[in-house]
Amino acid sequence: MKFDVAVIGGGVIGALISRALSQTDLRVALLEKCNDVAMGTTKANSAIVHGGFDAANGTLKAKLNVRGTALMPALCKTLNVPYRNNGSLVLAFSEEEMQHVHALYERGQKNGVPKLSVLDGAAVRELEPHVSGEVVGALLSETAGIVCPYELTIAAVENAVENGVEFFRNCRVTAINKLTDGFCLQTTCGEITAGYVVNAAGVHADEIARMIGDDSITLVARKGEYYLLDKAYGYLADHTIFQCPNKMGKGVLVTPTVDGNLLIGPSALDVDDKDDVDTTSDGLSFVFEKAKRSVPELTLRGAITSFAGMRAHPTTDDFIIGFSEKSDRFLHVAGIESPGLSAAPAIAEMVYDLLCERTNPHVRADFRLERPAPVRFRNLTKAEREALVAKNKAYGRVICRCETITEGEILDAIHAPAGARDVDGVKRRTRAGMGRCQGGFCGSKVVEILARELDVPMNEITKFGGDSKILFDKTK
Amino acid sequence: MKTRELICVSCPIGCAVTVTLDDDGQVVSVTGNTCKRGDSYARQECTHPERMLTSTVKVTGGRLPVVPVKSAKPVPKELLLDCMREINQVCVKAPVHIGDVVLSNILNTGVDIVATNEV
Amino acid sequence: MLRYDLVVVGGGPAGMAAALQAHEDGVESILVLERADTLGGILEQCIHTGFGLHYFGEELSGPEYAARFSEALYKTDIDVKVDTMVLDISADNVVTAVNNFDGLLSIQAKAVVLAMGCRERPRGALSIAGSRAAGIMTAGTAQKYVNLDGYCPGKTVVILGSGDIGLIMARRMTLEGAKVKAVCELMPYSGGLTRNIVQCLEDFGIPLRLSCTVVKTHGKERLEGVTVANVDEHLQPIPGMEEYIPCDTLMLSVGLIPENELSKSAGVALDPVTNGPVVDEYRETCKPGVFACGNVLQVHDLVDYVTEESKLAGMGAAKFIRGEKPAGETVETAGEGAVRYVVPQRIHRDTDKDVKLYFRVGRVLENVQLTVTCGEQTLLARKKRKMTPGEMEYVTLKASDLAALPADAKLVVSTKEA
Repeated sequence: MKFDVAVIGGGVIGALISRALSQTDLRVALLEKCNDVAMGTTKANSAIVHGGFDAANGTLKAKLNVRGTALMPALCKTLNVPYRNNGSLVLAFSEEEMQHVHALYERGQKNGVPKLSVLDGAAVRELEPHVSGEVVGALLSETAGIVCPYELTIAAVENAVENGVEFFRNCRVTAINKLTDGFCLQTTCGEITAGYVVNAAGVHADEIARMIGDDSITLVARKGEYYLLDKAYGYLADHTIFQCPNKMGKGVLVTPTVDGNLLIGPSALDVDDKDDVDTTSDGLSFVFEKAKRSVPELTLRGAITSFAGMRAHPTTDDFIIGFSEKSDRFLHVAGIESPGLSAAPAIAEMVYDLLCERTNPHVRADFRLERPAPVRFRNLTKAEREALVAKNKAYGRVICRCETITEGEILDAIHAPAGARDVDGVKRRTRAGMGRCQGGFCGSKVVEILARELDVPMNEITKFGGDSKILFDKTK
Repeated sequence: MKTRELICVSCPIGCAVTVTLDDDGQVVSVTGNTCKRGDSYARQECTHPERMLTSTVKVTGGRLPVVPVKSAKPVPKELLLDCMREINQVCVKAPVHIGDVVLSNILNTGVDIVATNEV
Repeated sequence: MLRYDLVVVGGGPAGMAAALQAHEDGVESILVLERADTLGGILEQCIHTGFGLHYFGEELSGPEYAARFSEALYKTDIDVKVDTMVLDISADNVVTAVNNFDGLLSIQAKAVVLAMGCRERPRGALSIAGSRAAGIMTAGTAQKYVNLDGYCPGKTVVILGSGDIGLIMARRMTLEGAKVKAVCELMPYSGGLTRNIVQCLEDFGIPLRLSCTVVKTHGKERLEGVTVANVDEHLQPIPGMEEYIPCDTLMLSVGLIPENELSKSAGVALDPVTNGPVVDEYRETCKPGVFACGNVLQVHDLVDYVTEESKLAGMGAAKFIRGEKPAGETVETAGEGAVRYVVPQRIHRDTDKDVKLYFRVGRVLENVQLTVTCGEQTLLARKKRKMTPGEMEYVTLKASDLAALPADAKLVVSTKEA
């Protein structure tokens, strides 16, 4: 299989880069080691779009964050994924912390962040009536927002595949051989040759780099744990609420999600095993105790799930974006920790420019910019529902009761470009199983539908690929 | 002589019953029970305990791949797992109705295995 | 817009009994809406026996018990729509539902019976640390896989929660060839029936570990094991008391929650203890003409009681439609001592029948003096040798006694240990 560009890693970075390249006549392959896209850092993070005041002046992080945050609303609109410009607050609990807030304001000004202001305690409580009475002030960043990182990734990959990108799932790169005009990648899907390689392998980007003898990248796997609360508690925060870093650590955030849930976290723990996304009772209680400092009314009665994600912390403290010293056909996009999601649209733009400079591709006339909006039965009016069910009966069969997800939506998720192949993939695309019962009722129905549509027995269906099978043999 | 401790299941009280058995396994005495039902439960449980057995049997051509079944009467407790081996061999064709015998006289116990749903 | 005198939401044991009773009492047009593809509700997958001992005097399996009602129901002119999901009940009792043969349905009802049942508490509510591997499921989901889909959901199993579903699944999995390593119970007592502890665990040598919980799950893709730990009197894991148990499946049987999202959207007030609607002796909610019965009202341990309760709701709905329902002053009920709640929460003084008060205690009690009092007056006193949280209890009050109560009376069910 021959391509002009092979993008390694189906996270939000690889997805947006692939999509950007799909508007050209370059032949692009997107290689993902898991059974679905968005399975690494993208799946489990704070899901926020930062204002851009936090990164040090002059860094790639600062530049790409501010640019990415500016691009995000339009991108989400084009890809039909939810985005909300809810703004963020950095709370100060003391005069000392107020000084930090002022410093952040100054840094933000230098980074070119628009619409920053410093508020006093009363003004903060007016915006957020549930924050602690001890808050003396805050930095308000009006351009900050929230987005669903895996929906963004799924939409970008759908659109990329629609525009001709070839998507390989369960495609782990095991070795890379240099050719005169590119590389030959040994993968679990066979040999793939490409003129250029984009290394967007998340926490594993250092290992991929070493495959071409480039040991310049060192990544530390940093685990972050979160609680997700029921929508009934969404009223507790409207803005994304940060804390100032202090002697006790960086602080945790309390934020609404685009679906109206409340998310609190993350903890931060450097770990040796990059794939260890187990939650820990210490990490979770740390998150809860810290978050309660910002919003004292928080209660774990509302917790519907907890999870952990892995961040790729570069020892250089800045994004690593550029051609490898070992090859000018091997482009690293590594160490994309926070504010990586915010910066992602700008990172894709930068990588697109870097590659186009070398390859001079033509922009395709038939490029489809927009990713059509998926059907969301729960959001429709009565008349819209009527029309929809009249057109396609599958939208009349409700599978997930808690979130009102229909069979039609699940079929769409499975049959979409680079569609769902497992239960979690259906969940991320449709929300089936994300509600209060966490799939207690619909889980088995989703397994049934996946088995039917993929034409395999039910016990072949996995939760998230690999050996995560849900069922053993038939009993009889 | 030996004794066995049981929890009576005849009612929610769950009396702790002590049964004394002679060397031939015959019940000598029952104590700790607070009603007659406890006495008879304990005697039965120590001499020939029986259980209802429920499971499923493979069906072809029905709305479900298996049909639930039960033993029409309780079977000796020690035969439960042996009965399962027999039940696992059975395959019936739809339609199956409630009460249909899917396996008669299982392990010569005189007990039939009958379907308990419409498939 | 379709029009029915009575719309019953849910075709499980509660909905079927309510519909049949209303039909018997002369309600002419009745529609039962069921989201699954058959009537019967959760009984379809409860293939064990033990159903019907009170109501039929027979030991039936779940599907057999359900069939008694569904067969009777299909012999009447009650309309049934299966595979149909109710989306909304409006303030004026317009029921909106959807299915894949009629599309979107709007149904104007004179009366509505809520019989949606309950759901299982999921893992997230417990905050068990560890991995998100496959193989962690509620006992009810596992029961569906093994009993209806015919697949084995696990080979080596740990069960958390010793309620009846957990116990039943321990036996069920063992009979199908799995090894159940342990049933762990957070509380110092089991929430299940004694009979099930004996016949589902002891018969197969499955250990029941009381005051013990799962603190961590292990395994990246499929579950590989769990860490369990004993808990102290505050139900907190005791450090140093952890034990690793290898297993590929963790089944959760940690509580049932009445499914009242629809009730809430319909404007029905809920009891914070039962998580079900506040009802009167005919199971009418605070919303006139809207009734509730079965597990949506309070979690039952015996389906026989569900049937009994649902017949009351059906009777009440029929009386409401005829304009004959008791409508005088009500008295409130309440639990004291170990009594956690009482259903019904209010009773009409002019009611036309004796009233059973159902309740549960919050801990195991022995040698109990059980009383129903109204101020200084004792209406009923009874001795009970043992009461457990796992078993629903009831006492019956005479209609004549109720009629004699003062207007603002409060009936209190209380327990005292000797």
